[in-house]
Amino acid sequence: MKIAKLTYDAVIVGAGGAGLRAALQLSESGLKTAVLTKVFPTRSHTVAAQGGVAASLGNSTEDNWHWHMYDTVKGSDWLGDQDAIEFMCKKANEVVVELEHYGMPFDRLDNGKIYQRPFGGHSQNYGQSPVSRSCAAADRTGHAMLHALYQRNVRAKTQFYVEWMALDLIRDADGDVVGVTAMEMETGEVSIFHAKAVIFATGGAGRIYYSSTNAFINTGDGVGMAARAGIPLEDMEFWQFHPTGVAGAGVLITEGVRGEGGILRNAAGERFMERYAPNLKDLASRDVVSRSMVTEINEGRGCGPDKDHVLLDITHLSPETIMKRLPGIREISIQFAGVDPIKAPIPVVPTCHYQMGGIPTNYKGQVVAPQGDNPNAPVTGFYAAGECACASVHGANRLGTNSLLDLLVFGKSAGETVVEDIQSGNLRLKPLPEGAADQALARMARLENQKDGTDVHEVRLAMQRTMQKHAGVFRFADLLKEGVTRILEVAEQAKTTEIKDKSKVWNTARMEALELDNLIEVAKATMISAEARKESRGAHVRDDAPDTAEFPNGRRDDEWLKHTLWYSEDNRLDYKPVNLQPMSDDVEPIALAKRTY
Amino acid sequence: MSKRTVQFKMYRYDPDRDEKPYMQDISVELEPSDKKLLDALVRLKVKDDSMSFRRSCREGVCGSDAMNINGKNGLACLTDVDSLAQPIVLRPLPGLPVIRDLIVDMTQFFKQYHSIKPYLVNDNPPPERERLQSPEEREELNGLYECILCACCSTSCPSFWWNPDKFVGPAGLLAAYRFIADTRDEATNERLDNLEDPYRLFRCHTIMNCVDVCPKSLNPTRAIGKIKDMMVRRAI
Repeated sequence: MKIAKLTYDAVIVGAGGAGLRAALQLSESGLKTAVLTKVFPTRSHTVAAQGGVAASLGNSTEDNWHWHMYDTVKGSDWLGDQDAIEFMCKKANEVVVELEHYGMPFDRLDNGKIYQRPFGGHSQNYGQSPVSRSCAAADRTGHAMLHALYQRNVRAKTQFYVEWMALDLIRDADGDVVGVTAMEMETGEVSIFHAKAVIFATGGAGRIYYSSTNAFINTGDGVGMAARAGIPLEDMEFWQFHPTGVAGAGVLITEGVRGEGGILRNAAGERFMERYAPNLKDLASRDVVSRSMVTEINEGRGCGPDKDHVLLDITHLSPETIMKRLPGIREISIQFAGVDPIKAPIPVVPTCHYQMGGIPTNYKGQVVAPQGDNPNAPVTGFYAAGECACASVHGANRLGTNSLLDLLVFGKSAGETVVEDIQSGNLRLKPLPEGAADQALARMARLENQKDGTDVHEVRLAMQRTMQKHAGVFRFADLLKEGVTRILEVAEQAKTTEIKDKSKVWNTARMEALELDNLIEVAKATMISAEARKESRGAHVRDDAPDTAEFPNGRRDDEWLKHTLWYSEDNRLDYKPVNLQPMSDDVEPIALAKRTY
Repeated sequence: MSKRTVQFKMYRYDPDRDEKPYMQDISVELEPSDKKLLDALVRLKVKDDSMSFRRSCREGVCGSDAMNINGKNGLACLTDVDSLAQPIVLRPLPGLPVIRDLIVDMTQFFKQYHSIKPYLVNDNPPPERERLQSPEEREELNGLYECILCACCSTSCPSFWWNPDKFVGPAGLLAAYRFIADTRDEATNERLDNLEDPYRLFRCHTIMNCVDVCPKSLNPTRAIGKIKDMMVRRAI
């Protein structure tokens, strides 16, 4: 089979927020850059973000990056690396203002500045009171941001390969990354993209769960490719369950609803968050709110005939506020819950939303992996940013609005690092190894020739049900153990998937089978890492690690203040220290403490 | 909602296999939780994995699953399947080349979008902080910036069908006005020059199909009218 080879300075995989932000850096520096994306850029999942992007602009309440950093470290349950968190919070104002200059249609305050609203876990003065830190364009911030970034890339004449699906990473004998293989959807042809640098900005894998706010396309392609190429995955046990997915449909209802004054109520109409988080109440951190909701439901105080959800109430807000600040939520609620939130509360339930872990990187966007004594040795030629990456700024639990910030800051940072590394001559075009496309071609050939195989839909469903049951909001030692056995069985089934459609042209059956290969890597990483972590921290809460006087919230800093690293080969686990040191002397390390809201 | 069976008449065409397109009669049993047309299509795809369509967010914000549903363009993920007369006739968006089944080649549509320079133009050195804009000025962008580029509008427009290479079409013109209306943009004159042509803007004959089909309830015709007004005022 003859394979086309295309050569670039840099190849970016993914054209959501992180990919587009990185692309701007590269295009504007004049490097020859290709952006591969399996959907047209504005269809990427960044488009679905609603509530806002964090920056301590202080436009309506006093604020500074120190407070933002404190909230983020605390939100991460101290698993976030403090150098990366300092970097992100310090850079927030710069990247948000840049975005405004690109044309982002932020809402405005009367004085003409960017409108900011309160959000969960964000506070003034180290946890004292809520702060307005979320810069918003109504409840369509992700849409406005993604389009503004795409538009800026049109101006910068960025070269896109639209509807090309990346298949596998190419590493040479030194372990350096020298390119990717990719398939053009329209023709089914595989090509090699040979480059000095590869940036992954492929998003998360929320579709490993049965009930997810995520788009169909969120199949963890970059994470799966990295795992197959021998790169470890970091902290994959930590998944965010967003408190407010529409019950039944899973569609996201932004935390901005609570930022604007929305209240969660149980069957008795009680504002139950007052009991769990007396200070920040409904605006406590997401993991805390989700667990509180599930506790209410488990204890019989859920709403509806099956008592299986709670209610998000904004009927006390004026219709004008709802129409102005939450118009998209109203549309979604009418469409997917059959409820006009002006008149009646929205039925909601915690729903899988965000992957805190991912491909390990440093704050420069370089992918890092253990090598000799160095747990964080950069992998030459390989960079990652956004949800697919783990910098790690979110640690064990991400704060709302920090994901859009993450992709701006680290998309830009990865782009800058690549430009620097190429212009300084540190990165050169290394020759492709023999059989550079073999891994991808073998997967394609296997799928082409599979007989008496398993059904893609069935295997995916088995995976999703397993993840939902065995690695949910609350985790149980016995269920996790059983979950490992079960997910490894499902992974075996995924090795023999069979498709009936063998067409070359826009073959979505083939695409879904290839995506399943990636999802399965993420599912294994999640279950195995979760089973192994014998403590409760952030979004990972186990029945056998309860809240005690000795170990508040079940967190075991004596044993488990460390990052998990999972290797696909042999499902091996390794660990590396959390960086508790900020990057500069501008701030003291945020000391370990019990997390309350 | 209970289990029920839904009948479809689907446009099918795989250039790798079929000499020409055909309409396929097919039915599928829906689960009680299946509410939207997209749920039914996903269910159909389990039955026949060769059924091809684009989809992503399933909540009406990414613009992937635009198609012609019982003769009218719309998003599958925002269409209640039980509201549709059966058999549900599904065709690709009209006026664009078909790649396969419900998947169309959108090159021409995006070419027109790109032709209006869909980005903010302001060559002044940016201030250290955000450019200021009053809430009223920002409100001018409402009804414009929310476009999801699904192409329901442009592919329902007869003027776009006849002249897809010359007429910008409702989506592109809505975007053009989005930047004209933005107080931060300084290229209004160039933007109007760019549209001053017998085809690019003036092929809009206010048929208003675009308004009728827009899944985000936007009004391209009104935006086009405003551009025409500015053009006239500028000429006086």
